[in-house]
Amino acid sequence: MADKLRAQQQLEALQARYIGIGSADTTKHEWTSNIARDSLSSYVGHPPLLQYMSIGLGQPREKTRVQLLERMVRPVGPPPAVSEL
Amino acid sequence: MPGQRAGKSSRAVGPSDGGSSGKQSLSEAQESELYGNGGDMSGYNLSIAAADGDDDMEDAGLNGRSLVGQYTATKDMLNEFAHGDTAEADILDSREKQAQIASRETDYQRRRFDRRLSPERADAFAKDGQQGEGATYKEVMAARQLEREEERVRRVIEEKEKSGGNEVLDHKPTLKDDAPAPVNGDKTPPIEKKRKRRRWDEGAADEAPAVKAEVKEEPEVKKSRWETGPEEQKAPARSRWDTTAVAPSSGAPPAPATGANGARPAMPAYAFGTDISNRNAPLSDEQLDMMLPGESEGYKVLKPPPGHEPVRRPVGVPQLPTGYQGFLIPEADNSLAAMGKQLPTEIPGVGDLQFFKNEDMKYFGKLTDGADENEMTVEELKERKIMRLLLKVKNGTPPMRKTALRQLTDNARQFGAGALFNQILPLLMERTLEDQERHLLVKVIDRVLYKLDDLVRPYVHKILVVIEPLLIDQDYYARVEGREIISNLAKAAGLAHMISTMRPDLDHQDEYVRNTTARAFAVVASALGIPALLPFLRAVCRSKKSWHARHTGVKIVQQIPILMGCAILPHLKGLVECIGENLNDEQPKVRMVTALALAALAEAASPYGIESFDDILNPLWTGARRQRGKALASFLKAVGYVIPLMDEEYSNYYTSQIMEIVIREFQSPDEEMKKVVLKVVSQCSNTAGVTPVYLKDNVLPEFFKHFWVRRMALDKRNYRQVVDTTVDLAQKAGVAEIVGRIVNNMKDENEAYRKMTVETVDKVISTLGAHDVDQRLEEQLIDGVLVAFQDQTIEDPIVIDGFATVVNALGERTKTYLPQIVATVLARLNNKSATVRQQAADLISRITFVMQKCDEDPQLIKLAQALYEYLGEEYPEVLGSILGALRAIVTVVGLHAMQPPIKDLLPRLTPILRNRHEKVQENTIDLVGRIADRGANYVNPREWMRICFELLDMLKAHKKGIRRAANNTFGYIAKAIGPQDVLATLLGNLRVQERQSRVCTAVAIGIVAETCAPFTVLPALMNEYRVPELNVQNGVLKSLSFMFEYIGEMAKDYVYAITPLLEDALIDRDQVHRQTAASVVKHVALGCVGLDCEDAMIHLLNLLWPNLFETSPHVIDRIVEAIEGIRNAVGTPLVMNYVWAGLFHPARKVRQPYWRIYNDAYVQSADAMVPAYPTFEEENMRRHELDIFI
Repeated sequence: MADKLRAQQQLEALQARYIGIGSADTTKHEWTSNIARDSLSSYVGHPPLLQYMSIGLGQPREKTRVQLLERMVRPVGPPPAVSEL
Repeated sequence: MPGQRAGKSSRAVGPSDGGSSGKQSLSEAQESELYGNGGDMSGYNLSIAAADGDDDMEDAGLNGRSLVGQYTATKDMLNEFAHGDTAEADILDSREKQAQIASRETDYQRRRFDRRLSPERADAFAKDGQQGEGATYKEVMAARQLEREEERVRRVIEEKEKSGGNEVLDHKPTLKDDAPAPVNGDKTPPIEKKRKRRRWDEGAADEAPAVKAEVKEEPEVKKSRWETGPEEQKAPARSRWDTTAVAPSSGAPPAPATGANGARPAMPAYAFGTDISNRNAPLSDEQLDMMLPGESEGYKVLKPPPGHEPVRRPVGVPQLPTGYQGFLIPEADNSLAAMGKQLPTEIPGVGDLQFFKNEDMKYFGKLTDGADENEMTVEELKERKIMRLLLKVKNGTPPMRKTALRQLTDNARQFGAGALFNQILPLLMERTLEDQERHLLVKVIDRVLYKLDDLVRPYVHKILVVIEPLLIDQDYYARVEGREIISNLAKAAGLAHMISTMRPDLDHQDEYVRNTTARAFAVVASALGIPALLPFLRAVCRSKKSWHARHTGVKIVQQIPILMGCAILPHLKGLVECIGENLNDEQPKVRMVTALALAALAEAASPYGIESFDDILNPLWTGARRQRGKALASFLKAVGYVIPLMDEEYSNYYTSQIMEIVIREFQSPDEEMKKVVLKVVSQCSNTAGVTPVYLKDNVLPEFFKHFWVRRMALDKRNYRQVVDTTVDLAQKAGVAEIVGRIVNNMKDENEAYRKMTVETVDKVISTLGAHDVDQRLEEQLIDGVLVAFQDQTIEDPIVIDGFATVVNALGERTKTYLPQIVATVLARLNNKSATVRQQAADLISRITFVMQKCDEDPQLIKLAQALYEYLGEEYPEVLGSILGALRAIVTVVGLHAMQPPIKDLLPRLTPILRNRHEKVQENTIDLVGRIADRGANYVNPREWMRICFELLDMLKAHKKGIRRAANNTFGYIAKAIGPQDVLATLLGNLRVQERQSRVCTAVAIGIVAETCAPFTVLPALMNEYRVPELNVQNGVLKSLSFMFEYIGEMAKDYVYAITPLLEDALIDRDQVHRQTAASVVKHVALGCVGLDCEDAMIHLLNLLWPNLFETSPHVIDRIVEAIEGIRNAVGTPLVMNYVWAGLFHPARKVRQPYWRIYNDAYVQSADAMVPAYPTFEEENMRRHELDIFI
């Protein structure tokens, strides 16, 4: 019982630092949002990759960057409606 | 005691001298009348054994004198050790008491028992605007006011009593006032015994004397008793001894009925302790009307509240003792109770407890009454449920405790704050509480608080009453616990409620309450932030109504920096402003605490924040000039802490302003003042503004005059302070200046003073070196330190440390003194006192380095030879030191030059290895290890093998250092004589039972493999794995694990060789087997990261993966670590392919471990996961960017 409690606390502490980690209760929406955000920040964080995408899109790098950043808001759409149960 | 003797020597003598009045004359003459002239009592029986009654009154009343010869020890003597301070404690009893918190507390801390749990408070800040029941802020404030007033009146009364005006209050016995003062001040008490003695008397005639004896105060009493009859008696004046309350008017003695006046009834046979003065029926209304003022005087008879039923107790039933809280099982047998046998350890509905104390019965007795739970109301059931859970938490076994605590926490809101705290808090107030119980109960409060949140408000004050004493507990952890609770409480109840609850206590009449409240407030400040509390503090510190409030307010400000340290810096200005004005308060106590608070603030802020103190510098300095005594000490303390914050020129100016006073106070006899001035001196001398010249001219002469005296060395705290201050002064004034002044003290006759000097010299020289020590001082130093060394009687490392420091600091300059030192040491090595020998050996090990630097190798050899002779030493402590000295010599002279030669020395060490003493073991193993490392070839292999066998035993030593040294030595020996033989020995040792030994053997094998290259060891090791014995196989796996940990990247060459073995181990039925194999896999994998062994790693991962569902914590941890290792070796994406499958598995049991792996991967290499994320079919989840292709 105490182990479980401790594991829970550790998880919470870890989650405070790494927002993308999950648990058995993580929903698909949360997870895919995290994936999308991680991917976007990774594109932005690797300049060569960003450059490559900008060339592919035919626009300045800065513009791509801002586009990517803006997509981080609700990257996979709104959360599913919570059922009344 | 003539009176008493008269009683004893009762002989029926007829009333003589009947004509005289019954009143006795006050002169001695009557005695002679009775016994005949000259008082010759030889004819009387002086010693009849009548003392069969209780005689405790006798001693007390008669000043313990007896004219009869005593041939035995007095009762006083016999009972000397039976009670009081000198009583010998019952062994079991005292052990029980030791654990109790109350027995360790000081009187001040024990004052917590004076506080009572206050009634519940209204919640003024409740959400729905309802206050709820309980006392409001206004009521509480009024009650406090009343308490203060009561206290004031009480103090006035005390004052009056002290000043002699006590006539009104102390009701003296009336007799004393009108009767003539007794001659020798001892009244004759009505001793029970006398009545018994009357057995010897006959007739009514002798009834009177007893009363007479009571009445009269003179020793002559006894005479009259024989001469007076009952008819002559006067009404006796009541003396304070007249406790038997018979009607004084009758003049009749409380005597048993005798034949003569049988009309008198016998004394009613009341049981002991029954007070017959009690009423035997309740007062009727008529009686009450007569006694109490009626409506005409403005009073009113109140109607009892509806539903009130007066408790009617049958007449004659004794009152319940105070504190009675229910039926207690009577103690059947004291001896059994003391053994703890008779109390139940099993309570219905609770199960078997660890213990059950007498006191617990008071709180939990209800559970044993066997009442039918079906008939109870919900509230009662709830109460019992809580009671049971609390009992489980307090007295239960750890698993019981855990579940009970959890239930309490989970159901806290259902139980309600009232029901919970009404049971928990009285338990915490119990006097016999022990640490463990308190800890557990406090834990319950903590957990429950968290759940109850704002429901807790009405109980905040109650909780504070119980928890505040924790803040001044001696135990650090109790203090931390107390802080934790109060800060949680503050967070739950909110600042406003905390303030309104604690405000009334700020000017409480009891200092204890104010003190603890101040500390609690500081905790609240740290929990809710200083800015939130600052306006309130400002108001409190300026309170006009009472200086108590100001005092407490400043005290809060003092406690805040102590609690929070440098975290006060952002609010420093506010805090200083808050208390600044109190520096000029009219109350000296407030001024003092203000100065102390400023000191605490400055200490916490150091070295920043001087600008916040700008406003108070002037009042502080001028104040310091005006104060005297204790107040001055606190001002100086504040000054001392503020000066280090200043920059150079300011500190110079302000130091010179204050130094005059500090130097003046050097001669203060007050201990506290001494401490403060010493501290101030060291603080001032540390600032840049104070110059060495100033110190030398103004401070040092006075300082040494007043503080370097023998008396200072006797008190431990002064000693420390003086040493520290002197060292600080030396930083500025220079080594020669300071050491030159104290060097002669090393030859003082007082040992403590010598030690103080040596310690100071040690500290000064070790920080500043001995460069400016001149030839003359050098001689004095060596001379002094030698004397201190030779004359020391108490074993203490200080002198040896000092000696070593001086010698090492002088370096090559020591050469001239070395012959003298060596001669001294050699002589002392031969001393008959073990301590002296040990010190000599210890000294050698400290100075070998310098001796070698001085080219004194021959001297070293001489010492080594002497030490070699003493290897037969029987005291292990000394032997350990001798071995240490030998090792130090071997280290500096080298193995080749060592005399006696190594090949002679080592065989002498082999038997010593068997010594079980830790110090001996540690030093031998060090020496042997050094020889094995540097000069293994000086000894033949057979000897080394012998040592190997001895070393095996050391692998199970308790001390880690010994085990580590033994393991390393195995490595050196294996290197010297080849791994085969050593390995055979170690592999054999894997079969032993002891786990520790096996583990250490495994480590040793790992070390051998590392030092002799793995290929020399691995074949034998893998071969050993074929032994069909679990311990051996596990040992082999463990060795492999250590080996791969040590060899790192070399692992690459052995991966494919080891894989089949690991394969086998990973599919073993035994989980420990798989666990150990997993740790091997981890180390192998981490060793070959990026070295192209992916195929083997993937193979091992496939075998590892199913183990993910292990539940045992150790096993699963190792498995996860191994998977992490492999993830590093083969790259994250490959391992993630395994993970995706289970993240959203329908079964939680599957999802959980998979998410664990996912999270570990995410934490360690989130970026590497991005390319490996799965693709989704849904439009909004696709990652279109990845489709860009140029």
